[in-house]
Amino acid sequence: MGQTITEKIFAAHLRDTPTPGNMVLDIDVIMCHEITTPIAIMDLMDKGMDRVCDPARIKAVIDHVTPPKDSKTAAQAKIMREWARRHNIRDFFDIGRNGVCHALFPEKGFIRPGNTVIMGDSHTCTHGAFGAFAAGVGTTDLEVAIYKGVCAFRAPKSLKIEVTGTLPRGVFAKDVILNIIKELTMGGGTDMVIEFTGPVVDAMNMASRMTLCNMAVEAGATSGVCQPDLVTAEYLWPFIKDDYASPAQAAESFARWRSDADAHYERELTVDVTDLTPQVTFGYKPDNVRDITEMEGSPVDQVYIGSCTNGRIEDLREAAAILRGRTIANSVRGILVPATPAVYSQALDEGLIRIFMDSGFCIMNPTCGACLGMSSGVLADGEVCASTTNRNFNGRMGKGGMVHLMSPASAAAAAITGAITDPRRFMA
Amino acid sequence: MKQFGGPAAFIDRNDINTDEIIPAKYLTEITKKALAPHLLEDLRLEGGEFDPHSAEMQAARVLVTRANFGCGSSREHAVWALEVNDINVVIGESFARIFRQNMFNCGILAVELSKADIDRLFALNGPVEVAVDLDAEQLTATGSTGEGVTCRFTLNPFDKQLIGAGGWLAYADAKY
Repeated sequence: MGQTITEKIFAAHLRDTPTPGNMVLDIDVIMCHEITTPIAIMDLMDKGMDRVCDPARIKAVIDHVTPPKDSKTAAQAKIMREWARRHNIRDFFDIGRNGVCHALFPEKGFIRPGNTVIMGDSHTCTHGAFGAFAAGVGTTDLEVAIYKGVCAFRAPKSLKIEVTGTLPRGVFAKDVILNIIKELTMGGGTDMVIEFTGPVVDAMNMASRMTLCNMAVEAGATSGVCQPDLVTAEYLWPFIKDDYASPAQAAESFARWRSDADAHYERELTVDVTDLTPQVTFGYKPDNVRDITEMEGSPVDQVYIGSCTNGRIEDLREAAAILRGRTIANSVRGILVPATPAVYSQALDEGLIRIFMDSGFCIMNPTCGACLGMSSGVLADGEVCASTTNRNFNGRMGKGGMVHLMSPASAAAAAITGAITDPRRFMA
Repeated sequence: MKQFGGPAAFIDRNDINTDEIIPAKYLTEITKKALAPHLLEDLRLEGGEFDPHSAEMQAARVLVTRANFGCGSSREHAVWALEVNDINVVIGESFARIFRQNMFNCGILAVELSKADIDRLFALNGPVEVAVDLDAEQLTATGSTGEGVTCRFTLNPFDKQLIGAGGWLAYADAKY
């Protein structure tokens, strides 16, 4: 019997098997942000255990509320800053260099095929796009990883989703993953890693693969993962060019992590996207998903483009292509949050920021912001937001607010009309 | 070993997420105690009001709920918000993985029962008292009229070790 990619990664990182079926893994990349890390730092200090297993394995960023909005968020940032300095954590990203963790850390080349990655953040599953095992954990798991470099997981089960067919015009990775979550339901992936495979995934760039893996947790999955290949190697090339003769040779080396043809899956599913249309959520659960045509005309007060799901340069291009030469509805507040300084800078160079501004969008600095109702566009009671983020939970973007999740193209279309709109209406 | 159980509160809904258990606006707190007044404060039930400050919630040491409790954000603040309100057991049909692990990592209990058993607990006349026998992996819920329901459950052996150790940090510090 062959092994899945996740089983291979677990085997290569196994430190201990405390009881059958439970595995303690060595963790390669321990990511930290200012919302879930300070309490771990303070607890370690209180216990006289303020040490880090290895500063090089720790990657830290202030991203959720930055620049700080009040004294409390300033204090959280200060705890992180002082801790990073105290322990000589070189990969620490503060104001001016900071951005949404799950967009920033991939840009820095921190995640490699075969890695184990954890963070006190549920969307850590994003990094599975690189052929890594990447899981969101709580603060205690993070604290133990900071201190001891290990984390415990149950032996992995895998759910294979083969994405076949051809992506139609106006349909993107976000539509694919929303459709998959609808199929699996919110708890359908619990205790499993979702392996995204098939010709559509093979043809996707890393940004789209990250969008897929990012929302695996909305189906309850431990993580999402894609098979590392030439696309992965080419993305990582600036960081690995001294280690391999060519991207092709790197891809060949990464192939050792790929799932074996005879690997065992808990469940296998084929999703043909040929007839898929743009998708949108309704209600307060991410598996409440419909075709956008069923929601067409439903008014929105705000449009939010950003987040670890859809705040990358490819997402901005997708939205700008629709906004170019158009202005957004008077009734709508448009908010663009490029996920990282590099995305922002690239968008400036490509003239995308000009397009967003001319259309009437407000441009914010990179931060998690309104995605979780922290800052930069929190909703008032009764308001509706068309959003490229990942959660439509009741109150997520502000108490009493309603969030409709959709692709950047669909969000741009909603901004123009002031209502949920099929983006294909604005596509050549 | 820590004793588990006590008066139960019932929350009749699936998929209660950690944003509902503790809204994000309180994640800027850097003490666990500061979360105490805000547990489940914005929770809405399907077709019914939920009062986070009801007598049942005030007295609760045990929560009984439905499927996929604790989904969404990884915030351990959700577990701490329960902890600082003296809730030491959550009983449900199923839990989201991260929330479940956070419970055991903090040395408190997430117990999974079948839907049929959960229905039996919901059918009891309140107030309901739950007694947990960890060694026997069995719990007994007793309603106000004295009627009782006994349910067997299975704990993952590693999670049981974490409870015995008082949480994952103590366990890992001793072992790794």
